[in-house]
Formats: sequence, C-alpha cells, structure tokens
Amino acid sequence: MTQVAQGGEGAAAGFASAATRRKPRLRKRLNVQSVLGTTPMIATAVGVFIICIIFSIIWSFTNSKLFPNFNFIGWAQYQRLWSTDRWIISVQNVAVFGVLSIVGGMVFGYLLAVFMDQRIKQEDLFRSIFLYPFAMSLVVTGLVWQWMFDPNLGIQSAVRQMGWTSFEFAPLVKQETALYGVVLGGLWNGVGVTMAIMLAGLRGVDSEIWKAAKVDGIPTWKTYLFVVLPMMRGAIATAFILQCTGVVRVFDIVIAMTQGGPGVSTQMPAIYVIQHITDRVNVGQGMAAATMMLLPVMVLIGLQYLVRWNANRRAGRA
Amino acid sequence: MTNLAATSAGAISARGPKPRTLTASRIGVYAFLIIAALFFLLPLWVMVVTSLKTLPEIRQGHLFNWPELLTFEPWLKAWDTACTGRDCNGLKPGFWNSVKITALSVPVSIVVAMINGYALSFWKYRGSEFLFGVLIFGAFVPYQVVIYPLIIGLSKVGLFATLPGIVIVHTIFGMPILTLLYRNFFASLPIELFKAGRVDWAGFWGIFFRIMLPMSVPITIVAVILQTTGIWNDFLFGTVFAGRENMPMTVQLNNIVTTTTGVREYNVNMAATILTAAVPLVVYFISGKWFVRGIAAGAVKG
Amino acid sequence: MKSVVSVVAVVAAALLGSTAVRAADVEVIHWWTSGGEQAAVSVFAREFDALGDDKWVDTAIAGGENARSATLQRILGGDPPGAAQFNPGRQYEELIAGGMLLDLTDLATTENWAGIVRPASISEACLVDGHWWCVPVNIHSWNWAWASIPAFEKAGVALPNSFDEFLASAPKLKEAGIIPFAIGGESWQINGAFGVVQTSLLGIEKREKILKDKDIELAKAEMPAVFAKWREFSQYTDEGSANRNWNDTTNLVVTDQAALQIMGDWARGEFGVAGEKPGVDYACLALPADHPTVTTGGDIFLFPKQSDPAVEAAQLKMASMMINPQVQALFNNAKGSMPVRDDVDMSLADDCMKRGLEIIGSEANIAIDAGRWLSNDTTGQFNDLSAQFWADASMTVDDAVAKYVEILQNAD
Repeated sequence: MTQVAQGGEGAAAGFASAATRRKPRLRKRLNVQSVLGTTPMIATAVGVFIICIIFSIIWSFTNSKLFPNFNFIGWAQYQRLWSTDRWIISVQNVAVFGVLSIVGGMVFGYLLAVFMDQRIKQEDLFRSIFLYPFAMSLVVTGLVWQWMFDPNLGIQSAVRQMGWTSFEFAPLVKQETALYGVVLGGLWNGVGVTMAIMLAGLRGVDSEIWKAAKVDGIPTWKTYLFVVLPMMRGAIATAFILQCTGVVRVFDIVIAMTQGGPGVSTQMPAIYVIQHITDRVNVGQGMAAATMMLLPVMVLIGLQYLVRWNANRRAGRA
Repeated sequence: MTNLAATSAGAISARGPKPRTLTASRIGVYAFLIIAALFFLLPLWVMVVTSLKTLPEIRQGHLFNWPELLTFEPWLKAWDTACTGRDCNGLKPGFWNSVKITALSVPVSIVVAMINGYALSFWKYRGSEFLFGVLIFGAFVPYQVVIYPLIIGLSKVGLFATLPGIVIVHTIFGMPILTLLYRNFFASLPIELFKAGRVDWAGFWGIFFRIMLPMSVPITIVAVILQTTGIWNDFLFGTVFAGRENMPMTVQLNNIVTTTTGVREYNVNMAATILTAAVPLVVYFISGKWFVRGIAAGAVKG
Repeated sequence: MKSVVSVVAVVAAALLGSTAVRAADVEVIHWWTSGGEQAAVSVFAREFDALGDDKWVDTAIAGGENARSATLQRILGGDPPGAAQFNPGRQYEELIAGGMLLDLTDLATTENWAGIVRPASISEACLVDGHWWCVPVNIHSWNWAWASIPAFEKAGVALPNSFDEFLASAPKLKEAGIIPFAIGGESWQINGAFGVVQTSLLGIEKREKILKDKDIELAKAEMPAVFAKWREFSQYTDEGSANRNWNDTTNLVVTDQAALQIMGDWARGEFGVAGEKPGVDYACLALPADHPTVTTGGDIFLFPKQSDPAVEAAQLKMASMMINPQVQALFNNAKGSMPVRDDVDMSLADDCMKRGLEIIGSEANIAIDAGRWLSNDTTGQFNDLSAQFWADASMTVDDAVAKYVEILQNAD
C-alpha cells in the first residue's frame, strides 16, 4: 500500500488542493518568460473582460438606448428589472434549468465515462455516438428536439400511430413542462463532452490505484465512487464550470425550441439581456440585467479568494 | 522516481477491472451503452430519414419511418442551389471561409491557452491568480455584452472585419474555458515531473516543449473538440467580425434553416444541418483515436 | 434585359452633377431569404445592376433581429454596409440623430417623394424634421383574417362577419374536428393578432389615443374588454400552437384543418403557393369588419454614410431605383405587398390585394403602425404581456390591464 499511497499522491493532486498544496514547494517568483508567455491572457483579462465589465456596470446606471451614453439615472433600470415578470421568471428558470442539467450532465456523463472505461469493444464507435450531438450547433439541436416533441409530428404522434392512442408526450406545449423538454435537449447535446472530460480524467488516474484496490478487495463500483472520483477533481471542476457557463449563457437552444414560450414560461436571463441590447434597443436595461447575471459569479469568486486568503493567513501564523 | 517509473510501465488504455468472460455485469454494461446510444442516435435517424424524403411525404407525419420515395435532391439543393437571399449557391460558398477561420483559430487559441495553463500551474507570478479569476469570470459574460467594446477596439487597430480580427475574437472567447482545462490538467500532473525538468536546468520554454507539450495529448483532444465545435458553429462573431468576404457557412445555414417566411423545406434543412456538422464530426472521429493514451502511457519519462 | 429605370439613372446623374463616374459596389444587408422574398429582392438587385456599372452586393442574414444587429454593429465598427433593411419604426432614430445616415432630402425633393408616397403617414417613417433618411419600399398591413371556406362549410356555419359571430360558431367548428382559431405561440404573432382585436373593438381614434397619446384613463376604461375578448379566443386553438411558425400556422388554414387565422397580408403568398383561389378555397376578411383599415407596416431601406463619394453616388441611385414606379410594381407583385405609391401597375394583383389597395386609397382607413409611436422596447414589453396572458389562464384580466397600463405609463 505504501507505494500506492505515494504514487497516488501525485496523480491525485486535484484542482482544489493542487493550488494550496503546491505552494510550499513552488514559490511565486517573477519569471519574465512566464509573463511574456501569458501576454495574451493579460491583454484579454484586463483589456477585454475587466473593461467590459466595468462599462457594463456603468451603462446599467444610464438610460442608454441604441448606443451607450452616460446620462445617469440612478437605480431606475434595476427597479424596472426587478418589477418585470419576465425577468423574475427567467431567474427562476435558469436556477431550475441549471440544477437539472448540471446534475443530470454530471451523473450521466460520469456513468457513461465509467462504462466506457470497461475495456469494451467498439469504444471508438460508442464514443463517437455519445459525442456527435455536440457537433450540432445548439440552434440545430433545438430545432431537432422541437420537432421530436411536436405533438402532431414527433414522438407522440408516432406512438399514437402505433396504436397507443392516448399516449401523451409533448412537453413543449405546456407551460408546466416546457422547461424540462429544454433540459432534455440540452443534455442530449452536451453530455458527450462531459463524458469526454471525465474519460480523460479517468485515464489520468494512476493504474497502481486500481491494482491496490483489487488487492484490498474493494468492489469495482466502490473504487469508482470513493477512490477514483475524488481523484478527478480537476476533470470535475472543468466539466462543472463548462456546464455552468453553458447554463448562464443559455440562449440559442431555448430560442430554437420554444422562443421562451409558451407565454414567457421558458424565458432565460441571457435572452433578456441579448434582446434588450439588440432588437429592443435598450442598452441600459440590458446591461442592468447582465450585471445581475454576473453578480452571483462575482460573489462566488470573491468568497473563494476570501477563503484562500484566510487559509493562507492562518498558515502563516502557524 | 521509482514509483513513477513503475506507474508508467503499467498502463495503456482503459484500466477498469479486466473481465475475460461474458458475465451478467458485462451484459449490463453493454445494455446500458446500447440504450444510451439509442437515445443519442434517435434524432440523427430522424434527421437522416427526413433529409431523404420528399416534402409531401414529410407533411404526412411518420417522423421515424424510412422514406417511401427515396430522394437525394435535398442534399444537392442544400449544398449547391438553395437560395440564401439573392444568391442561390447553397452552403458551398461559406464552406471554405469556415475552414479558413476554424483552421486558423483552433490552433492559435489552443496554443495560447496551453501556455496560460502551464504558466498558471508551474510559473505563477504576482497577480496571475487574479488574472485567471477574471478569465473565469469572463466565461460567464453573455457574448453580446462584450461585443461593443471589442468592435471599437478592433476597428481602432484596423482589424475589424478581417480574418486576423475574427481569429483574435475566437482566441479571446475560447481562452477562459481552455485555460481552465489546461490549468486543471497540468495541476493534476505529478510535481516530480516539473522538478525533474528543473534539475536539467530547462527553463520556462524548455520544460514546456520537452515535457508538458507531449504530456497533454488527451486533454488537447478535448480542447480541439470544444474549439472546433464552437468556432465552426459560431454565427454571432462571424457575421460581425469576419467581414463580408469571410462570412462563415453558418450564415448560409441560418438563412436556409431559420427563414421566416415562405414554405419550410424540412428535408433541405436537415440535409444542410448534417452537411454543416460534417467537419466537426470528422474531427471527432480522427482525434478521438488518441483518447486511449493515458497520463502514464510512457510520456512521463519522455 | 433592358432596364425599365434608365430614366432614373438620368435623374440621379443630373442630381449628382458630373462627379460620379467611377463604379462602386453597394453592399445591402437584408433578411429576405424565403422564396417570394428572394424573388422580390432579386428585382431590386437586377434593376440596380442594370443602371450602370455599380454592383448590388448581397448580404442576406436570416431573421430581422440578426440582420439589424449586424447592421448596427457594423456601423459602430466603422464598416457600414451601403444599404440596410429595417422596419419603419423608431429603431434607427439614434442613427439619424448621430448623423450616421445619408441625407436623401435633395433626391427626394427632386423626385417629389412627399407628393407621391401614399398614404402620407408612410413617409413619416423616413421624413424626420423635413429631411428624408430612408426609402419606404412597401406596405404590409396586419388587419386581415384568413378563413378556410371548406372548413366553415364542413362545420355547417357561415363565414363570420364579426368576431362575435366567429366566437359563436367556434364550438361548432371544434365539434366538426376543426381547429377554430389558428395561431402560432410566438409572442409577435400573439401580440399582432391582439392588436387587430384591439383596433376592432376600439376603432382607430381610441387606439391612437391610447398608443400614441398614452391616454392612461382611456386604457383603463377600454382595455379590459379587449383582454376579455382575447381570452375567449384562447380557448379555441390547438395544443400544437406553442412556438409554431406563422407560415406553418397558415398552412393549417390552407389545408382546411383550421378555420381562421388573424395574420398580416404576407400570409396571402402561402395560399398562392399552394394554388388556392380567393373566394373559393379561402376568404380574406378585411378587418375590422365594420370599417376595414390597413396598418402601415412594411419595409424601408436606409443608407449609412460612406467615406467614398462613388459609393455615395451609387447609394442615391439605389434609393431612386427602389421608389421608381415600374420597380415598385415588379417588386411588390413578387413580394405580395402593397406599393408605396398610387401610380403603379398592380393589374397582376389578386382579389385580396386589390381589396387592400382599395382600402388604402382613403386616409380615413389608415391605422398607423404602432411602431411609429412605441419604441421597440415598449412593443417588446407588450409582446411579452400578450404572450403571457395568452398562455397563462391563471392571469386575470385585471392583472393584465394593470400591467398594460404600467407599460404604457413607462413608455418612452
């Protein structure tokens, strides 16, 4: 076991722990090459994202219409935003959509990756099948699934034609179920990538771990769940953030499947933002909504820094 | 280092339990995979059969049936003669533009992100973590919010509506997720690798090219898949930043598929859709082969 | 092909003096990508190319939102197209104020656009403070309903002469297995039809008082009836209506599966393509039934300012070509829309189009498009409200009116 423990240590250095654990071993030092090599990153982070975010926030306090201006009107855009039904429904929707599609994507994606990892025949074929939907743009994904869910053309009518005439499966036509239809379409498109990231993670786990687990007589499923999974923090974090960005930005697939309907029941924040800064010609309102979308992310990242800073300070005292 | 040597000897590909006979659990594995595969394939089946049907047959419903009257006309039309505005040249005019944009943007964005991830894992400097945080933050910004400043910036330097302009835009918007991908991957590599490199007095670029680059094949496949798909399917940036001469294929696809008036030719739409997805699909099939190579597959000593 | 508009070239050349000799490419962004639209835009392109050495360079981007966004962003980026399609409204008012558009006033004065464009309210979309900033090319009206004659016959009820008659016969249609009221669940379709019901119940004047003058008290008094009527309609549609395209919806009427659709005059093309005959297979009912009017929607082209004088000269030629009577005839016959001037040969038009032209002849029959008074923002909020009210039966009429009034109060 000793060998395993040591061998595992290197491979297991996952996302969250890697940063903190490495610190004593690798000191931060100013390497000119490192700064030079990351010039594009510095330019993008500072020149694009920071500037854009600052301007978004500034413009959200103005009455900008087609082109951004600097006529400040206080919190009026935010007051209007939070008194708009559609925005509130959008926020609720993105929460439900996010939880369902991230949990669904993670569980299904990891399961697929694990099953793919069983030395199966035709691995290439299966992997391609699981991955191909990702090649379809989200617009196309939405169109196809809208079709499949169409009560008169799709699955429902096909099953009825087979003889089960009371069969009902058309989630998009009802306000109560439309969102779940969108979740399903999104999963179909994106699970393959989660699987691919998880599979890359699984293949990164040291083979010694497996040998040791075998020696110790741990059942395979337990090994996957309790030994291997915690070692894949890097892959999980990547897949998680990738899906989070997909959720926050969700736009195309909803437009293609439901256009936010029936009524406004599948509206999403990103649609609100985009419609307001383009066709509805109200940049101020759109930027207020965008700022609200970014707020939770800001808080989360801020908290993470706070926790890390606090941990460092304690480590320094100890 | 013996541990690592032992590790590296062991593995080739899948490392699950290694069954020899067809047991119940084996059957379960295949049953799960096949059912999952059916879920994924059903829409493709619908698209293919629809693209081979005539319009009157489509109007009858029977979404899942094989066409009674097989026709390849929709495919020819989608590629060659479908009207996308005044021009009736199908998808083909934009095809090479899309190839051009993708072939340039994918490698550039991946190389940039790879260096970012490497530097963020092994060569941190004051503020590097902060920059990374900003990048991750940027991954959540709806694209349209960022478009205006970017248009102004690019037009100031004379790159608005040019090929280099669109490559820069794709590199910027691919950077957050790709950098995350590589940072997390490099962070999970054994630190001994890096230390061994330092012993040989290899600097930033030496370790990168001699050790890290060869190690990162599996994750690079994921990166290629992400970027090829994203850039090939991009519509928004293409219409704004590429300039008229470089308009990507998705503009034509959009014109064919989401036309707002007139008769909807579902068969042509489906054929056009499959044709447009063909290039990313080919990339998946080819690059997917390298997935089998794991972290310990010999690269450690390389 | 010999150009029918060579006279235009002479006018434009005279106007510009002798400076414009070099040929130029004029890029045109538009969203006309379907069959009939494509034929119509080809008329423009062909006629423009025939004028001389200037070339029409076509950039079609499907979806009005996409195309308009691309235009605005390209103007901002300093790479504006030579011409761009918009809908008449207020979306481009900042472009005018910002001096980003080519001033067409001299050309318009020479050709007397103000005198020939009818109804006069159509020119208001382009004529701001005495200057012409765009060219109106056609008129589309919302105030139509399309009925399947066989469907009504099958149910044994007469074609309706009013909404109340229709709503009275709807249960019988439903019994006969016909969808009484066809509509697609997209918010613009719902709000458009809602607008027609509003005009029908209130009449032009009250509608104008509410939407133009933002008369809150009148809205509070009159809108409950409109929403209540609209709720009645909502029980007579089918479950497939969610997110259905307008043309797929029209197809239900074409194939006699549905009885009635409220939709603008662009729907006529769908019947034409299917070989249906007005008066035999389908009926076009001009609305409001007691006093038919037309709304002044349609398309316009604006011409972003260019640095190259040769392109500017070509832009003026293009503007002049688009409003030329012969081009108007060819274009509008292909597009299925009404021309913006009277002296146009529309003898090819079918009975429904002729009825529309008859109605538009009198200023008293013009219901100005609400887009003239309301910003896209406000229209969008009305779209959301109509769609929400339509889909959510738990939303009461009082709730809806309260929200309607709130939007109206905050309208800019």
